[in-house]
Amino acid sequence: MRRYLLRGTAILYLLVVLLGPLSMVFWRTFENGAGDAWAALTTPETIHAFKVTIVIALIAVPLNTAFGVVCALAIVRQGFPGKGIVNALVDLPLALSPVVVGLSLFLLYGQDGWFGGWLHRHDVQVLFALPAMVLVTIFVSLPFVAREVVPTLREIGDEQEQAARTLGASGWQTFWRVTLPSIRWAVVYGVVLTTARCLGEYGAVAVVSGRIEGQTETATLRVEERYQNFDLAGAYAISLVLAAIAVLVLVGMTVIKPREEAI
Amino acid sequence: MSIHARKISKRFGDFVALDDVSIEVQSGSLTALLGPSGSGKSTLLRIIAGLEYADQGEVLISGEDATATRPQDRNVGFVFQHYAAFKHMTVRENIAFGLKIRKRPKAEIADAVDELLQLVQLEAFGHRYPAQLSGGQRQRMALARALAPNPRVLLLDEPFGALDARVRTELREWLRRLHEAVHVTTIFVTHDQAEAMDVASQIVVMNQGRVEQVGDPTQLYDEPATEFVMQFVGEANRLGDRWVRPHDLEVVGVPVPDGVEAQIERITRYGFDARIELVSADGDPLLVQLTRELLEQLELERGQIVWVVAQRDRTFAGSGYGPA
Repeated sequence: MRRYLLRGTAILYLLVVLLGPLSMVFWRTFENGAGDAWAALTTPETIHAFKVTIVIALIAVPLNTAFGVVCALAIVRQGFPGKGIVNALVDLPLALSPVVVGLSLFLLYGQDGWFGGWLHRHDVQVLFALPAMVLVTIFVSLPFVAREVVPTLREIGDEQEQAARTLGASGWQTFWRVTLPSIRWAVVYGVVLTTARCLGEYGAVAVVSGRIEGQTETATLRVEERYQNFDLAGAYAISLVLAAIAVLVLVGMTVIKPREEAI
Repeated sequence: MSIHARKISKRFGDFVALDDVSIEVQSGSLTALLGPSGSGKSTLLRIIAGLEYADQGEVLISGEDATATRPQDRNVGFVFQHYAAFKHMTVRENIAFGLKIRKRPKAEIADAVDELLQLVQLEAFGHRYPAQLSGGQRQRMALARALAPNPRVLLLDEPFGALDARVRTELREWLRRLHEAVHVTTIFVTHDQAEAMDVASQIVVMNQGRVEQVGDPTQLYDEPATEFVMQFVGEANRLGDRWVRPHDLEVVGVPVPDGVEAQIERITRYGFDARIELVSADGDPLLVQLTRELLEQLELERGQIVWVVAQRDRTFAGSGYGPA
């Protein structure tokens, strides 16, 4: 009896909180036929917004993946002063509101900011342009790879790495041949979460982008803009694409994850 | 290849793991580092492998100073207690690892792996993953992997510690035969004195970061240098400041001069000999070992008061019990 109660509660919760709203988006998108949705998706501004989102993700995800793995290795495998602080700092973006992150960029790069004057004199545009949008996206999506990799590294221990060293492998060879293969699923999962965060980021980007249609507008900003301008079909269509990407990535991961060496 | 560790000291924070330890291992020998946990034996082994660095002292492998050499350049084979198998690689790939790193030709690697699989009796398991092997098979794979690059020395850190008793005995026997076949200088660490006595030709007994005694099994048992060795290697009774082996105690039914009064707690007979557990009048436990024939003649029973006499005993200087 209790089993069913637990399962029922879990499923009901998922239905109400996750699947309900998602299916509403789906239904609303195709309410007036697929043609409307397609038309809304293929306007130059919307296509541009998707491009901006993808460019930001293509820069932020690889950087945060590399940083996350290096950071996790440092936290788990090395003792250094301030290790606890680094460990805590990695989580900061999870705790901090994205709006605050966006505003902090104004303090650095705004006309009166620390670097702002210098950048202005050299004609480098950071705010209201791609650089600031990339910076805030990197900031908010920073913890995911490290957070996935740290527990996995702890769990596998360092004996395999030591074995590799005694067998003649250099530090670099040990990393590529032993450490990385052992943590690859944690890295993949971290990359998926990072990508999802990059595609979905709204608050921080909204603050620093200036939301210039056809220039600094990302897909999520475009949803908001369409919605404000009473183009509900457009807003729903873009939302659906974003949701579909997320679902596809998760399903893909579940399918390709092998079980051969699972213990 | 010989191994010399000279005046090695190592601390972990306040804990002194090794205190001015020197050992010498002859080329081609099979040596055991024996001691209780915390005696520094694993630390010494890891320092020889380069997985730890000594605070003081030096390590020489076949006469060359290896003190500052990185582990990957030492060409030592290392076997871990928990196998340290590369879980994402098959048995073949595990064994081939050291050869691939050395960029040997593919055909040569394949031949070497075939040969090693045969040596460790895993021919049928080459394409399995470590998770699909038993503990004993994994450890044999780890041994083959360590032997593949033809190491100068083979180091084993409690290699059978994680295995059950039967497999452990089998592998002991097997390691000894392997050593006879391969003849690579081998050091293994163990806390099990029976294992050390059974396998090694030379035993280094360690305690609290120091070497207590070095010798072959017979020497250690017959001529222990310290109280610690006396009671750690083989069984021993303490009678005041004297130490007596269980088979050097005689049991008599009547009071005798020099006899210690004791009550029989338990008698066990199996195999070649019988064992009598007693408690002396002072409350100390005693163990007597005798042939089953003799036991039948004595007609002893549980609860009986007897006197035990030492046929041969031993005292150690500085035991804290005054002069012998």
